[in-house]
Amino acid sequence: MSKAALSLVEGDQESLAISLSGDWLLAGELPGPDPVLDRLRTSPKPTSLAFDSQELGEWDTGLVKTLVAINQSAGAIGVQVDDTGLPAGARRLVALAFAVEEREGARRIFKRKKFLEQVGESVTEALESAKELLTFTGELVLSCMRFLRGKATYQRSDFWQYIQEAGAEAFPIVSLICFLIGMILAFVGVMQLTMFGAGIYTADLVAVAMVREMSAIMTGIVMAGRTGAAYAAQIGTMKVNEEVDALTTLGMNPIDYLVTPRVVALIVMMPLLTVYGSLMGILGGAIVGVAMLDVSMLQYASQTINSLHLNSLFGGLFKSIVYGVLIALAGCQQGMACGNSALAVGQSTTKAVVMGIVLIVVSASILTIIYINLGI
Amino acid sequence: METAQPHITAQDLTMAYGDFLIQKDLNFSINRGDIFIIMGGSGCGKSTLLKIMIGLKSPATGDVFYDGEPFWASGDAGREATKRKFGTLFQSGALWSSMTLAENIGLALQQFTDLGDAEIREVAAYKLMLVGLAGFEDYYPNEISGGMKKRAGLARAMALDPEILFFDEPSAGLDPISAKLLDDLILELCESLGTTVVIVTHELASMFAIGNNSVFLDPLTKTQLATGNPNELRDHHSNFDVRNFLQRGKAKDEAA
Repeated sequence: MSKAALSLVEGDQESLAISLSGDWLLAGELPGPDPVLDRLRTSPKPTSLAFDSQELGEWDTGLVKTLVAINQSAGAIGVQVDDTGLPAGARRLVALAFAVEEREGARRIFKRKKFLEQVGESVTEALESAKELLTFTGELVLSCMRFLRGKATYQRSDFWQYIQEAGAEAFPIVSLICFLIGMILAFVGVMQLTMFGAGIYTADLVAVAMVREMSAIMTGIVMAGRTGAAYAAQIGTMKVNEEVDALTTLGMNPIDYLVTPRVVALIVMMPLLTVYGSLMGILGGAIVGVAMLDVSMLQYASQTINSLHLNSLFGGLFKSIVYGVLIALAGCQQGMACGNSALAVGQSTTKAVVMGIVLIVVSASILTIIYINLGI
Repeated sequence: METAQPHITAQDLTMAYGDFLIQKDLNFSINRGDIFIIMGGSGCGKSTLLKIMIGLKSPATGDVFYDGEPFWASGDAGREATKRKFGTLFQSGALWSSMTLAENIGLALQQFTDLGDAEIREVAAYKLMLVGLAGFEDYYPNEISGGMKKRAGLARAMALDPEILFFDEPSAGLDPISAKLLDDLILELCESLGTTVVIVTHELASMFAIGNNSVFLDPLTKTQLATGNPNELRDHHSNFDVRNFLQRGKAKDEAA
């Protein structure tokens, strides 16, 4: 492969000939249009430009992009370009590159935004998304009313599918997490409480913590990552494929059809999973307690039963219902607000999980304070 | 550079999904610089044939030869090397949605050439000029129309100056004028660059306008019925189904 080169030959009557030689391939080293552009800027400027490609070897995009650059600057200062000296293919490609005029205003100019402008924009955006969330919640409430009155259109089989996905299929992961949390609580309890001879109260600690708080919150976090993300991704992808629009044009309410069955499924299944999670946690705690303390399984069990009040159970169940609503709301709202690309589906899914977990933790704190004040 | 050897040859190609046979005994050859049309009724396996040719799906038996070299029998490394000569335009553009148009075009250049970032951007800008999208470098695919996506996809397919361009239904979903413009663009680019083109299409107008070689796949007999210039097949082919398809179901069933 011979090296690409470009030389300028000044002709009479201010004409300029550009002589091209060697192989002009992108893979090789290219001289670039700079000598020509510099010559065009110096006065007296040439009246016309011509090319000599006798010595030119193989060429590809590397040559044509240089020619396009030369043509652009020559055109800008009104210098005639005579392209008859170029290979026919290159001539046509250059012509093609200039065939469609650049659309006015199409090119993007990036300018740095001022700090205040940025702050202002993020505040407006935050307000906007809060408004969207409120609107969505409102529509969801109306849709839930229709669902309860049996007036919403949705597929029964889909609904049972959601129940299965949000319920039975979540058993393994909820079992594992709650069982381990129960064990961890028991370890901590045994270590601390035996120091003043109250080791048996480990059973109380595990039972009350699991039933009132931990089971609901752990199940909630698992479900936000599992089901909330799935809701956002499913609905978001349907949005990208215009499936949601297809439902709307059929006269069906996409919230009735897609969102409400999912939300209801999660609201129904969350308390059940939480009760099950509490049992698993107490079981995990019992194994550690019986192994590390000098108590029998029977003693541990009776201590557990005595420590639990119905109020604790209801408190935990109520929390789990609230978490279920929030997870489903976050997932479906992000799915419905999804943009029109693969990237947007990913963003919606991430937002759904983050929003779900934040909402769970915030509402857990608020509910705990309320419970304490009510003396539950 | 001109060789008497065909650029692409398919030999005894059989395509199947599991036990389900799609097409059998496909034999055709494509010369350098040809615009080759893969045609046939819906569901006859046109897109599957394209997938086999670009290395997305393996054939049940037989092979495709590029410059005399077997494609599927050459192992992963050999296939990767051959694929470097390809450019593919997918049905709806298949632009990567997380990248701007310039980045979409630049990805292959970044991977397979030693060009710097500024040069890659220049090449991308030039490729976009060629397809009539000057100034759209910093747009994301979801900000442009369907026809523009197709043209941006074409610019991406041409990023590495491929020897062979594959098109899957290039004019599907475009209005007649845009489809015609795209056809002209393909024709112009291929003549200027000497590229071999393989197109899957059932747009009759564009077949006759740009194709000079073709294969006709039949879903009933599950094999090719004809190969050659589509204009000649339309007027003179002995098989009624082929003529009927190419004349939009208006062929006369003559017993000649």
